[in-house]
Amino acid sequence: MFSRLSEKLEQTFKRLRGKGKLTETDVNEAMREIRVALLEADVNLGVVRDFIGQVKSRSIGAEVLESLTPGQQVVKIVHNQLISLLGGTQSKITVASQPPTVIMLVGLQGSGKTTTAAKLANWLRNSGRRPMLAACDIYRPAAVRQLQVLAEKLSMPVTVATEPGMKPPAIARLAVTEAAKKACDTVILDTAGRLHIDELLMQELAEIRRQAKPHEVLLVIDAMIGQDAVAVAESFNNQIGIDGVIVTKLDGDARGGAVLSVRAVTGRPVKMVGVGEKIEDFQPFFPDRMASRILGMGDVLSLIDRAEQVFDEKKAGELARKMRREQFTLDDFLDQLQQLKKLGPLESLIGMLPGMGKMKEQLKRARIDHSELKKIEAIIRSMTANERADSSIINGSRRRRIAAGSGTRVQDVNRLLRQFGEAKKMMKRLQNLPAGRGKGGFNLPFFGN
Amino acid sequence: MGLFDRLKQSLTKTRAALSEKVERLVSGAITVDEQLIEDLHDALISSDIGVNIAGEMISELRKAVNSGQIRDAGEIRSWLRESIALLMVDDDDGQHLLPSRLKVDVVIGVNGVGKTTSIAKMAHFHQQRGERVLIAAADTFRAAAVEQIEIWARRTGTGVVKHTAGADPAAVVYDAISAAKARSIDRLIVDTAGRLHNKANLIEEMKKITRVIEREAAEAERRVLLVIDATTGQNALAQAKVFAESLTVDGVILTKLDGTARGGVAVAVKRELGIPVKWVGTGETLDDLQPFDSRQFARALL
Repeated sequence: MFSRLSEKLEQTFKRLRGKGKLTETDVNEAMREIRVALLEADVNLGVVRDFIGQVKSRSIGAEVLESLTPGQQVVKIVHNQLISLLGGTQSKITVASQPPTVIMLVGLQGSGKTTTAAKLANWLRNSGRRPMLAACDIYRPAAVRQLQVLAEKLSMPVTVATEPGMKPPAIARLAVTEAAKKACDTVILDTAGRLHIDELLMQELAEIRRQAKPHEVLLVIDAMIGQDAVAVAESFNNQIGIDGVIVTKLDGDARGGAVLSVRAVTGRPVKMVGVGEKIEDFQPFFPDRMASRILGMGDVLSLIDRAEQVFDEKKAGELARKMRREQFTLDDFLDQLQQLKKLGPLESLIGMLPGMGKMKEQLKRARIDHSELKKIEAIIRSMTANERADSSIINGSRRRRIAAGSGTRVQDVNRLLRQFGEAKKMMKRLQNLPAGRGKGGFNLPFFGN
Repeated sequence: MGLFDRLKQSLTKTRAALSEKVERLVSGAITVDEQLIEDLHDALISSDIGVNIAGEMISELRKAVNSGQIRDAGEIRSWLRESIALLMVDDDDGQHLLPSRLKVDVVIGVNGVGKTTSIAKMAHFHQQRGERVLIAAADTFRAAAVEQIEIWARRTGTGVVKHTAGADPAAVVYDAISAAKARSIDRLIVDTAGRLHNKANLIEEMKKITRVIEREAAEAERRVLLVIDATTGQNALAQAKVFAESLTVDGVILTKLDGTARGGVAVAVKRELGIPVKWVGTGETLDDLQPFDSRQFARALL
């Protein structure tokens, strides 16, 4: 997308080059491309208009045409403008001076409030707080049960209605009074999803707010939401008042332009984002990354982040030493495969790289074979410690035994050993490269055919 | 309240804002001018129809104006509505399916679109018309998903076949088909895990489920229905594309039309992939699900 936008802009400006003076019509043409790109990313039409206005005045002022790559220049202006609109810097969750801190989650049905409640609780606990949950969604069937299951997994206290017919504001109040008793300093209120035009339910939220006096009311919004994001965010902000936003389902392929819309109409910052199905797939919001995503520029920073979380630095250092001493064994090979597996599906990683849109399509067709990884794992696990340490001792009869033990064929074992040999060779070559690049965790051996 | 009234009531809300705008434009305009056309263009974009389709519809509109097909501003809205209605007509009459006693509907979709609620409503709808319905709780992924469908099923008095959380969904479906045959069920509705469409093993899971159905209920009328949340923007098209790549998707259930979103992206899904909308969800009670009507949809959209 980004490559398309910048290509289109380049074309537009190429025609203009040599024209001497940049007219308003010329700039308008470039702006039209930006408009389409933003609309395709689900940014609200009204927000797009304002945004284009700002970018336009900046573009006219800047020496766009003098530059060798005017298209890139404009993209840079758009990108910077997006970042500043998205909030510039990170925005933290408020902590009350007097515990407990009360955080209330609100949003439409299906935006992911219950899952987010658990993720937020887990994240807060990892940052040193003692959170608890409160199940104020008494409407959706099994919503309370869902929160209980999640709380149980986290071994975290959860307050539920103590008697049938207990209303959400009362449950919220109960949770807040129970916090001290449960030795908790943070209470997260999960509320029922509702339409922003449902007056009764919106009043109920206002009542919860009055009674539980939350320090943070966070609007949970699905990254896939379209043009309606503006109406939703405005309603919640006007009727309940929100302090911030949590964007969910960012692990999908939605560009998430609605995030910009919400920010633009409420002026409230996005504080956290949900980036996966696991409870730990939750992180602070980075405006610059979101800007890149909306423009389809890929999310290299998130990729690096993910890699850093997964790659064990100590192990990586050890590996580098081994590689230098040419002591790379099948055990290390297996280790690397497992780290690679932890990174998640390769397809989703590729998607984070800039300019990889096309490649993603090809990959989908080629579909990286995860069962192949499993097979390799089985083969290596069927080897003895000696065999793993020194693959040269693996003769014909050992190969047959390994194949039988791992449920594979001798050819599979042969192939793996050949690949391992190639990986070793490649590492030898890699060693000659300058050392100490980054964390050193990216030097994955080549495998596959 | 009749079905039609109910639909009309809930759709009135969604169309009010836009209708007013267009009405105002149309009544104030004497000739078809650029500004009016631009505003209609905006209205289409605001419905999430997508910037490309909106552009194409508007250029067709311009052609109709220039060729004299439309002479007065008052005809514009009905012309646009008509072209949307025409596009949205469900031309799948089920003729390609074998007429059979057992019908199997597999309901798929990403998380949070309203799959489980839609299934309860569908069960209710068919039961009211005298069918014997059974639900297969094949969402073994999300916490408490089985409990959620069970609570609904208790309300509608529908039987549920379930395994424990984390079980193989295809095994649940296998058991449900055996149960459906044994209990001479008319319609089996399969609830599946709601996960984002870019999870590779989700698609594999869906394929496995449909394989089991093809094998175990070869003689049944089988349909795969994709649930799309009307609030979703352009990503709904990506969802439909990914699912349709690996599965035959027979129709769309468009949910949450009772809000202010108008579900324009369903137009993109029909146009690009030929998948028609079969049902629309318009509220939280069991009666809030109606068979799709392309004219009503077009009226609500514009």
